[in-house]
Amino acid sequence: MKSRLSWRILASVLFVSLLVITACGKKEATVTPEPAPAPPASPIQPAPNTTSPSTAIADTVPALPAPTPADSSLTGHDLNELNQSIPLAPIFFNYDSAEMTTAAQSKLANNAEVMRNNLTWIVTIEGHCDERGTAEYNLALSERRALAARNYLVALGIPVNRLRTVSYGEEFPFDPGNDEAAWAQNRRAHFVVTAQ
Amino acid sequence: MLNKTLLAWSLTCAIVSLALSGGRASQVPVSQQPEQRQPSEVSLIIGDRIGTPPRFAVPDFLALSDDPETIAAAQTMGEVLWNDLNFEREFYMIPRDTYASIPGATSITDVSFDLWRELGTDGVVIGTVRRVGELLEVQVRLWNIRGQESVFGREYTGSANSTRLYAHTIADEIHQNQRGLKGIAQTKLAFVSNRNGESIVGPVANRILKEIYFSDYDGYNQQRVTVNRSLNITPAWSADRRAIAYTSYLRGYADVLVSFIYEGRLASPADGSPDNQNWLPSWSPDGSRLAFTSNRDGNPELYVMNADGTDVRRLTDNPAIDTSPTWSPTGAQIAFTSDRSGRPQIYLVGVDGTGLRRITFESYCDRPTWSPAPFNEIAYSSKTGPGHDIKIFELSTREVRQITFGIGSNESPSYSPNGRHLAFTSNRSGEKQIYTIARDGRNLRRITRLGNNEMPNWSR
Repeated sequence: MKSRLSWRILASVLFVSLLVITACGKKEATVTPEPAPAPPASPIQPAPNTTSPSTAIADTVPALPAPTPADSSLTGHDLNELNQSIPLAPIFFNYDSAEMTTAAQSKLANNAEVMRNNLTWIVTIEGHCDERGTAEYNLALSERRALAARNYLVALGIPVNRLRTVSYGEEFPFDPGNDEAAWAQNRRAHFVVTAQ
Repeated sequence: MLNKTLLAWSLTCAIVSLALSGGRASQVPVSQQPEQRQPSEVSLIIGDRIGTPPRFAVPDFLALSDDPETIAAAQTMGEVLWNDLNFEREFYMIPRDTYASIPGATSITDVSFDLWRELGTDGVVIGTVRRVGELLEVQVRLWNIRGQESVFGREYTGSANSTRLYAHTIADEIHQNQRGLKGIAQTKLAFVSNRNGESIVGPVANRILKEIYFSDYDGYNQQRVTVNRSLNITPAWSADRRAIAYTSYLRGYADVLVSFIYEGRLASPADGSPDNQNWLPSWSPDGSRLAFTSNRDGNPELYVMNADGTDVRRLTDNPAIDTSPTWSPTGAQIAFTSDRSGRPQIYLVGVDGTGLRRITFESYCDRPTWSPAPFNEIAYSSKTGPGHDIKIFELSTREVRQITFGIGSNESPSYSPNGRHLAFTSNRSGEKQIYTIARDGRNLRRITRLGNNEMPNWSR
């Protein structure tokens, strides 16, 4: 990694120094050197090969740990299985709203009971939106939904340190459709067990 | 020669006087003036005199080396330069196929002035490309056809792999030289794409991941920035175009990351955690600060910090949502979205937290983006029906104009650095793709095709 990086820096320096722009006047050329153009003049990479991102410019970004949807890699597999059995029911919201419906309140009461029966569980509450709002505002609206669900569970006696939130906006629809039935499924909070 | 010039001059005078009289005395029926049915030459000179754009031609560059790569490069440079000059609409670009019959130049000073004049050309760009080892040597001249003189010349040497970059550089220099215009041909678009189709296991179903990419302004040279197999959205170019800030869920929560793309460095200046999540970064125009949304105080509020994460200041304090910040050109104010009135609307506030005011009164507005100088306007997306359209709020007149009209849903506008164009997301093709459009709503172009692409951000 280090040698590749220094090679790149060297290549960039070489390239910029080679890309000398000279200007010539109205008639014939008295060639005057000018500063090299903007930074993107660094080596133009080949078109990104999507199957091997290491050829893209991005390979100068330090290797980062793989995403961890679950907290524990050791129990990750078990957690996936547990979560796919949906031990905690999702709740659904009205359009552009984070108000708890009656149905949502009864599901949250049930979820609180399940958490009281599994005292070691840490639960991440995911806020989601349908696609009708804007992608940016939905990040905040889904945050509000997740917080509303968390506050309701706390009011039911669940310690706040057992609850985390994350807001995904409209990025992870449950139903990819574009009609009211799909949207109703997507305006939701999911409850994901992230530690057992 | 002298006779020709005189003839041309007297013809010009004759036609100009015709044009002037036509403009003054509109009661004269046009059909009684046979001269006005003359072909293009008439419109050339009239256009030239009353302010329509000069007519430019860009034939293929002349390859001075006979290897296939140089020949291809010479053709590409002509095509790209024509497109770049056409993009700003400062010149009327004569379609390239109409001058196929004009013999190609044999040198940079070999210009068939008479043939170009016949075509109604005011200016022609002649370029040459020569291969020197691993490098290309490119020369270019802009010829004034009427004056038969070179008005602009440049010579470049550089990598043989950056064919399009030569043309982009020449286009920016011609715009600067001829029109005093800051061109955008060398700028980049960052955007979000799911084109790889990679997914991770979700709690119910698999989740398609999104990564940050960027491309030239015209969609060529698409390159991937993030490779972290997570959700990465809302990219924003730094002022020096060397870094992209974005929202990443790499660590299981939302945080602002900054990728320094030429240095291989990654920073998380907002220092997020599960209890301190940060999203929607926006660089100040001088690149020294970032505004962003954070839930660190219990609900989405706006914050400003130095680019290195120091000196974090809270900008809003309201139980409603405050999000989607954008900086004014001077860096003194921030426009943002708040639903404190009940629905998301656009507000302005000073960076010191004073001077709050609301500027939109519509059903649902978001993602304000403040134009660069010399314009002083804010583009945003507005709910106009089932979907959203791009509108522009002019700050001096407080007038709103709409530039997309209900074809698909149109979101996430971002200005080009000269303020004359916007990039935005539209699903008008059935999937989300990036488009560019001029600020007057003309010149719509589709930029992306592979996968779904959204949230464009135009580099400075």
